[in-house]
Amino acid sequence: MSVDQAVLLQGRRLDRPRAIGTSAAGLAVALVLFAVTPLQGRADFVVVGYLFAVGAYLLAAARTEGRRSVVDRLVGVLMVTAVAVCLMGLGAVLVYTAARGVKAMSGDFFTHSMAGVGPRDTNGGAYHSILGTLEQVLLATLISVPTGLLVAVYLTEYGRGWIAAAVRALIDMMVGIPSIVAGLFVFAFWVLALHQGFSGLAAAIALSIIMLPIIVRSAEEMIKLVPANLREASYALGIPRWRTVLRVVLPTASAGITTGVMLAIARVTGETAPLLLTAFGFDSIHRDPFHGPQSSLPLFVFSQAGSAFTTAVNRAWAGALTLIVVVLLLTVAARLVTRRNRLVA
Amino acid sequence: MQTIEKSTAGGRSEPPADRPPAGQRGDRIFAGLTTGVSVAILALLVVMMLFLFGKAWPALHKAGLAFFTERQWFPDAPKPRFGVEALVWGTVVSSVLALLIAVPVAVASALYVTEYARPVVGRWVGYLVDVLAAVPSVVYGLWGLYFLVPRMVGFQRWLGQHLGFIPIFHNPENLYGRSILAASVVLALMVLPIVAAVSREVFRQVPREMREAALALGATRWETVRMSVLPQSRSGIIGAVILGLGRALGETIAVALVLAVTFDVNIRILRPGGNTVAANIATKFGEAGVVGRSALIASGLVLFLITLLATAGARSVVRRTGRAATGLA
Repeated sequence: MSVDQAVLLQGRRLDRPRAIGTSAAGLAVALVLFAVTPLQGRADFVVVGYLFAVGAYLLAAARTEGRRSVVDRLVGVLMVTAVAVCLMGLGAVLVYTAARGVKAMSGDFFTHSMAGVGPRDTNGGAYHSILGTLEQVLLATLISVPTGLLVAVYLTEYGRGWIAAAVRALIDMMVGIPSIVAGLFVFAFWVLALHQGFSGLAAAIALSIIMLPIIVRSAEEMIKLVPANLREASYALGIPRWRTVLRVVLPTASAGITTGVMLAIARVTGETAPLLLTAFGFDSIHRDPFHGPQSSLPLFVFSQAGSAFTTAVNRAWAGALTLIVVVLLLTVAARLVTRRNRLVA
Repeated sequence: MQTIEKSTAGGRSEPPADRPPAGQRGDRIFAGLTTGVSVAILALLVVMMLFLFGKAWPALHKAGLAFFTERQWFPDAPKPRFGVEALVWGTVVSSVLALLIAVPVAVASALYVTEYARPVVGRWVGYLVDVLAAVPSVVYGLWGLYFLVPRMVGFQRWLGQHLGFIPIFHNPENLYGRSILAASVVLALMVLPIVAAVSREVFRQVPREMREAALALGATRWETVRMSVLPQSRSGIIGAVILGLGRALGETIAVALVLAVTFDVNIRILRPGGNTVAANIATKFGEAGVVGRSALIASGLVLFLITLLATAGARSVVRRTGRAATGLA
């Protein structure tokens, strides 16, 4: 096809060099404006420069193309802007936390607790709260993974009638429970009514309420993806249903189920609100998760962040960095497991 | 496959007819176990809800109807005065504001990923936006308080000085900082990945043929989106927005850290102060006495009901428009 025919079919298009050139020209005008007029400030320049560059680009497009095409380009610019806003937000959170956290890290941070450490002291660490988080999340996983899998198996294999409908409705509702309300559930029931007091276990129960629907949902999806012929092959060999579920269905779905479990763990590792009402927080090392208040890493960050002293706030940043690294590692690992999942890929 | 071979080799060569009793017993036990656990969890949650109500009752009884109109929070005073009006107001205003900021950005970024970007670029943008969802809320709170609030003072002052004639931007005290608006921006960042992820799924479910039909008629990419992608996805996007609303309504720690807690109905989003139900529980819990705790539980009950209503509303909208949204259906 000759060039003329292409123009006839598509209309004249603004080519890339001209688009970049005109945007740069718009930006240059903004620069000049900031140099000669009283306009100043970095944030102001970003806004004005962006508007000028986009304006020049769209004007150039309007000179060569029709109205519809210019609208298309405008929307494209808006979408790229939206993505840029998302990524800038993400970048600002990660970079600032990393910068402040690395600066605030000290040798004591992973080895010492806050026992006897005042807000203005520079020593003190998060050992007690890291220990608490590990114990609480481990307990929550031990509670929620087996029960979550059993509920998922019930819903996919056996669930019939109104009981199954009620269980499904409950799981749907649990997804929407704000985490602080999950904390209140456990506080009102376990801590107050059953007189169990604050403890790591109470925190683990609250976290399980948050983990359970995530695990049930993902396991249910994955079990549904297991090909029917695998099941039928197993039945044809005379293997009863329960063994088929345990030894064929669940192992086949295991990669997807693992992803769900890891995402659930990542989610609750950073939870703060329910722990406030259940673990309550504690300054010293407290290994026993079954009795007495315990700290946790998110609680540590929260309590240090509220302080008026830079030394305490620095500890909060170190804790925040630790928390982000752990949660992101879990999330990335969950994604890698998904990639190896034969059912989804 | 290995597992099947193993169990076949393990002496299971007789005809199945001889076997059923054992298999059936195992099946009955297994079915009973799964059903039992499911029903037990159902029962446990119902019991917990009843206890939540039971523990909230003393405060509700003491405050009476004033619980819904009182704008103070002194439950442990000799003459207790406390109510949720200011809290509910702050919760709703900050959440709605967060959605107003987050939804356009989230939907636009989702459209970019599914409709505009090359697949490789789109996939990576999707991953990165998902990372926003993984950041813990306490980190958002810390970041909001120490990074965002100082950097937003200038913008807020500009809004107050130039748009102060609009009531919500009116700020005669001329103090700027830890305002509802700042909290809403942090909330928006937290809601964004949820709305974006669900919207992406919704857009992906629009049949390819719909797009190709529009493109074949000579539509531009935007016209394709406007005429064939968006109309198909309307209910799904509503579902995504409500899911985000649920997250914003219940967010506790980020708001508790960013907002300078005051206790009044504050419709001036630039004025420092305000409070939400969830943040109030977090900040008042440590010092609360018996009535105080009961009052906080009662306020949590209100929050629970609000989120339940929101999600139930979303589900009915999604169902009525006839298309199941991911995560809600």
